[in-house]
Formats: sequence, C-alpha cells, structure tokens
Amino acid sequence: MTDKASETGLLERIRAGEKKACVECVEIHSPGIYRLALRLMRQEADAEEVVQETFLSAFKGIDRFDGRSDLRTWLYRIAYNAAMMRLRRAGPEEVSVEEAAEPEEGALIPRALMAWKDLPEEELEKAEVREELERAIRDLPEKLRAVFVMRELEHIPTDGTASALGISEDVVKTRLHRARLRLRERLAPYFALPAEEAGGNHGS
Amino acid sequence: MDHESCRTLLEGVSLFAEGEAPPELCAEIERHMAGCEHCRIVVDSLRRTIDLYHRLPQPAMPEKAREKLYKSLDLTEYMK
Repeated sequence: MTDKASETGLLERIRAGEKKACVECVEIHSPGIYRLALRLMRQEADAEEVVQETFLSAFKGIDRFDGRSDLRTWLYRIAYNAAMMRLRRAGPEEVSVEEAAEPEEGALIPRALMAWKDLPEEELEKAEVREELERAIRDLPEKLRAVFVMRELEHIPTDGTASALGISEDVVKTRLHRARLRLRERLAPYFALPAEEAGGNHGS
Repeated sequence: MDHESCRTLLEGVSLFAEGEAPPELCAEIERHMAGCEHCRIVVDSLRRTIDLYHRLPQPAMPEKAREKLYKSLDLTEYMK
C-alpha cells in the first residue's frame, strides 16, 4: 500500500482534488501521525489538533511535496513541526529544559544495576504496565522522544527519521541510543526482579 | 559502573543489543561482559527495554477524534 507506484498514483489524485484520495491518505497515515502526536504532546486534545493541522496543511501544500522522501516521512515532518510550534507557544515549561544543560557523558552511565524479571505476554495487556511504559516515553527530553517514537515505535528508518526531524543520521543514532539507555534506567525499578529472587536463594 | 572499559563499551551497547554491532565490537563487548556482571545486566535489561516497546500495544485514535478529523478536512461524507 505504501510502495512507490501506488503512492505516486495517490498523490496525483490528491493533487487533482479527489476527495476519496484524501480519505485514503488519512486512512493509511492518520493512525501513525496520531501516535506520534500523542506521544509528543502529552494531552490527547492537543494531539488531535496536531493531527488535524497536519492533514490540513499537507493537503493544502501538497504541491510542495517534492517526492524526495516518501509521503509518510513528509507527513511526520509536518506533524513534528506542528507539535513543536504548539509546545513552544504553550510556554517554556512545556519544553524540556534539562536537555540543553544535560552533561553528555553523565546521561549515559547506567546506575540501575539490578536484573530484570521476565514479563509474560499478558502482563503487557495490563493498563498499568502500558501506562508505565508510556509515561517513561513522555518523561524523555523532547528531542530524544521524537527520535525514539519514530525509530522504535513507528519503525521509520534512520534516514527517514533524520529527514523528518531535520537532523543528521548520526544524530538520530546517538539520540536513539541515549533514549534507550534513559528508558532502561527509568524502568529498572519497575521491572527489576524482587531482591530475594535476584539473590538466587529462593525458588527453583 | 565506573570502570573505564564499561564506559567505552557503553557507546556500542545499543547496536550490540540489537545484534547490529560489527563483529570486532561484538567480540570486545562479549569479552568484557564475561568478566563484568554490571555490563551483563545493562545489556540484558537494555534488550528487554527494546523488546517491551516493540511489544507494547499501540494506542488507537479515539472514534470522536477521527470524526473531528474528517470534519475538519471536509470529508465527513466519506467516513466509513
């Protein structure tokens, strides 16, 4: 559905003003755009507005889409920019301040050194566990968050993520690595083995 | 986690956990991990972190939001 030929066809139809083509585009891409917006914005209502803004400005500016990236990457770029505009407008407290001041080295050193327990599949269905994982994403500094969501959760390749965020591929890789380390650190207390099991003195 | 060698390896640990580190780096990390329990735990929990997020059920857009989106795009009549 997202291969080059059908995308070119879809774009032509959108450019020709065919509403059904717009619907197809929304059906294909809005779930991913919504998830990105939700994780960037923290508030559902703001995320919804970012999604609306994204498609409004995409359809309005469809002639500016030059086909250098794929349509999805282009939409993610619009959504990311819309989300950042909103966050900035909302005031500096909405934008992570620790990021600029964060010492590069210090952030990488793992401090939580306890072993983790195995998590059965059904545990992940629990709202509590999901919320913990989502909260950890929301607590990431904004720049790491955007990279993590696109690369790890939306499976956008490194080059697409770089192009959507306007950064180099090396920066994408570094930020993904930092995001993973931070999440590991953040989640460790939650997913760690209870101390007595970690000690190996109990159980079989 | 204060050994100099732990810090050096940490930069490559993400690639290693994904199975995408070059062979020399893999060998170096494995050698180090054999003698360093802290790094074994870090690599294992990093892998688990990545795995958890890959298995995390994805949130869906609420129906109301979808309706509003279609309305804002003047596409309501096409909504399924």
